[in-house]
Amino acid sequence: MSHRKEIIKDAFAELDAPARRLFGKQLVSLGTLSLLSGCRLDEISGVNGMLKGMSRFNDRVQAGLFNPNDLAPTYPESMITRPFPFNAFYEIDKAPVVAADSYQLKLSGALTGKARWSLPELYALPQTSQVTRHICVEGWSAIGKWGGVRFSDFLGRCGADLTARFVRFQCADGYFTSIDMPTALHAQTLLTLSYADQVLPRQYGFPMKLRMPTKLGYKNPKHITEILVTNSYPGGYWEDQGYNWFGGS
Amino acid sequence: MPNATAATTHPGWLRITHWLNALAALVMVFSGWRIYNASPLFAFKFPDSLVMGGWLGGALQWHFAAMWLLFLNGLLYLAINVFSGRLRRQFFPLSVRGFFADLGAALRGKLAHDDLTRYNTVQKFAYLFVVVDTVLLVVSGLAIWKSVQFPWLRVLMGGYDNARVVHFVAMTALALFVVVHVVMVALVPRTFVAMLRGRA
Repeated sequence: MSHRKEIIKDAFAELDAPARRLFGKQLVSLGTLSLLSGCRLDEISGVNGMLKGMSRFNDRVQAGLFNPNDLAPTYPESMITRPFPFNAFYEIDKAPVVAADSYQLKLSGALTGKARWSLPELYALPQTSQVTRHICVEGWSAIGKWGGVRFSDFLGRCGADLTARFVRFQCADGYFTSIDMPTALHAQTLLTLSYADQVLPRQYGFPMKLRMPTKLGYKNPKHITEILVTNSYPGGYWEDQGYNWFGGS
Repeated sequence: MPNATAATTHPGWLRITHWLNALAALVMVFSGWRIYNASPLFAFKFPDSLVMGGWLGGALQWHFAAMWLLFLNGLLYLAINVFSGRLRRQFFPLSVRGFFADLGAALRGKLAHDDLTRYNTVQKFAYLFVVVDTVLLVVSGLAIWKSVQFPWLRVLMGGYDNARVVHFVAMTALALFVVVHVVMVALVPRTFVAMLRGRA
């Protein structure tokens, strides 16, 4: 019964996701080979499912490899990449403008403490900074200096259930992503409020981003407006289209 | 019939691991080229008609699925080779002088292939080279994938950015090997038959 329900649910999800179907069609174009054979690998039933299954398997492998005590390397400030590259799913002039005065960070889900935070309240929390390497899924990397509140401290302050499985981030530009709790509690995971000792500028995610040197760039959300602590898998903007969910480095 | 087993030059495990490795290597190289194109290290991109996976996310899915086939199949190949004694028997002793003598003979078209059970010295070097190169591809790939979780691999590869260069150079060496290998097989088609059914 529940199996049949799941299939029906999956079928509706497929119908609802034109982007995903497009992704499926674009999955394989091993040009000459597919021309020669006259068929496409992704149209062979099961190939898509196999690839998704392998990606889920790689999530579990990475969770197993992740050592919460292993720190990402830090660098001297002289090695900072200048200018630090802008990267998003839109051009730089489309970066969202978030009003500092009315801004409120909203928290929800498995937590018992303060669920609304203004910027002055966040700036008043103990701050730390790090010079670490940002690694993009595309392959390039750049070193930057980020400052802010250690995320594990912040979750503790908010009375979050630290045994929950996921933390989901909603962003002002419509982006969203989610991470595993062990990474959320990693010592270098930073609720980032500054870049290069200045208030985090718009192009790098004003008013706030989550910075994790243990994860690839697309796992580091910018312009965060809402944080959800949850036990149900929240997915992500790129992850739902096929990027690996764990995205660890 | 006693000759049937004696004539088998390529045992079953060798043929299976060879073709699984060929499949894995093709997927790894063609999907790797699409991943390279997302942020090219050098001033060129691979043509879209030659890359696999469609967009970056698709290429990454293929790459990170086929890596398990490459890794586990490669491990099996190495283990059987080492523990059966085939590695020592087929590849050693190695002689640099023999390499140049056989290379010269090959270039003059005078290298005999009468006995497929024995590798000539050029073959020995070429096959050992591609084994070592594949190990380097796996190690540099791990350093790129998990540069934080495997700090010693990252340091061994000279840092994250340098690991990408090592990975690229090792891929280029593999691609060149495959081209030469396929040309050689085309020149001595009996070797292709042997790799399919075990004997020429």
